[in-house]
Amino acid sequence: MLKVTGLTKIFGGLRAVDNASLQVDEGRIVALIGPNGAGKTTLFACIAGFLPVNSGRAELLGQDITGMPVHKIARAGMVRTFQITQPFAKLTVHENIAVGAYQKYPDRQQSWDHARAIARQVGMEHMLAQPAADLTVAGRKRLELARALATSPRLLLLDEVMAGLNPSEILEIIAIIRKIRDSGVTVLLIEHVMHAVMSLSDHIHVLSYGKIIAQGSPQEVVNNQAVVEAYLGRGSKAPPTGVAVAGGTHA
Amino acid sequence: MNSTLKPIPWKLHLGVLAVAIVFPFVFPSNFMVNFGVMALFYAFIGQSWNIAGGFAGQLSFGHVAFFGVGAYASTILQMRYGFSPWLGLPAAALAGAVVGGIIAVLAFRAGLKGSYLALITLAFAEVLRIVANSISITGGGLGMLIPMKASVANFQFTERIGFYFLILVLTAGSIALAEWLRRSRFGAQLAAIRENEDSAKALGIDVFAEKVKVMVISGAIGGMGGCFFAQYFLYIDPLVVFGVDKSVEMLLVSMIGGAGTVYGPLVGSVLLALISDVTRDLTQIQGLSLVLYGGLLVVIIAYLPNGLIDLFKRRTPSPRKRD
Repeated sequence: MLKVTGLTKIFGGLRAVDNASLQVDEGRIVALIGPNGAGKTTLFACIAGFLPVNSGRAELLGQDITGMPVHKIARAGMVRTFQITQPFAKLTVHENIAVGAYQKYPDRQQSWDHARAIARQVGMEHMLAQPAADLTVAGRKRLELARALATSPRLLLLDEVMAGLNPSEILEIIAIIRKIRDSGVTVLLIEHVMHAVMSLSDHIHVLSYGKIIAQGSPQEVVNNQAVVEAYLGRGSKAPPTGVAVAGGTHA
Repeated sequence: MNSTLKPIPWKLHLGVLAVAIVFPFVFPSNFMVNFGVMALFYAFIGQSWNIAGGFAGQLSFGHVAFFGVGAYASTILQMRYGFSPWLGLPAAALAGAVVGGIIAVLAFRAGLKGSYLALITLAFAEVLRIVANSISITGGGLGMLIPMKASVANFQFTERIGFYFLILVLTAGSIALAEWLRRSRFGAQLAAIRENEDSAKALGIDVFAEKVKVMVISGAIGGMGGCFFAQYFLYIDPLVVFGVDKSVEMLLVSMIGGAGTVYGPLVGSVLLALISDVTRDLTQIQGLSLVLYGGLLVVIIAYLPNGLIDLFKRRTPSPRKRD
């Protein structure tokens, strides 16, 4: 589905993303984790075309998308959400989602119906008439997800859709993301909420100081010495059960 | 700006149209018909601004560029090359569209928005004014006088009511276009661009192309407004058709009426025409109408930031369920 090879992004003297490679296979939920400032969001922005890369290459469904304009990448089937939610504030929830749906359905009626169906899928059906500006944080995160989903993407890039949510809201959104995957959409997510990452992901990449330092199944990753060091510092022993990492709600 | 994508019911459109059609028969005096012509004319050129500034959020301070180019295109074709002034109307639309496209490509390529876009459009309009002032085909600072030969074939009407219905057709067309924007995918994309360009891009909207498109459409409307102006007043010069005051009026009628709404420019222009006629009738002070209008703008921005159109909305609290 998505293959990133040797991607490097330099800001002045800082190598924000350093020779990072990762692969996302179709039909899976893949997580990108790492300590604050590791370069996760920058990597996302580079993949989705929001930032030009210094070197490296990104392929979506076998097509080279490096340096392609954002809207073309989105039309090719890869749509991102924003960590800091960016709703169309003066439009209603229904209108927000419809903007996404219009990409697939040029007809008004079809697009609005599709938007309603998507709202049902993410549990926003009762808020359709509400202006996006009036939504709570949880509502906005959901709206980001719904809007992206409405474009009928092949691959969703979710940037911290659970940050700022309370535990019950997190459980709800985990269920929603699973359902999205089951409906045939591949998911790549950045997340800090570790128990969510552990229960959701089929595969995890760990980014630290711009480098991919580990990857594998959730169990492999929490037991990886380099990962534990990245989060807790050198000298820590890898906890046998992965408590230190898995138990921290916000690493 | 409170534009939404909800369609306006047909009954309201038909009602407004019916009022506009009977108006000159109920008030047949020259004074009143002229009032109607000016109100519709400002609604028309205001809609040109509104489509770019209100619907798509691309704030321009130099919309008069399209207006002036349209006025000169139709007048030059008529006076220098002997074309029918009726042909001037599509020619003016084309000229406005081309200028709109050029300004849009240059400004949006450079990523200009907000106040930078406002300044660059203002600069373009001023450049065009100076150019029109200095070359010979436009008649320079002397302007161009269109000889009065009243006949329908000449785009001149012996009765003002002819102009009234012409500008009514144009304005109705511009309102229909605005209503279409509320209902169409293009309109939804413009609203998305106005609200958040990054999000719009992320959802697959070609932000640059859509912004250029909307400026082309807006330019075409502005150009036609210039053609109508030239035929109604039979005289144009650089200061009249490229003056900053006209840009301001285009913007003001939309802002006061309600930017990004279908009827905002019409509401604002009726008020502008009313104020300017009343002040001219009661006092001899030049420009008093604009002073009043400016004061009104301050009041409206303070108390009705979405424009006068908010007064017409029924104050039913929208049903809101929290979580």
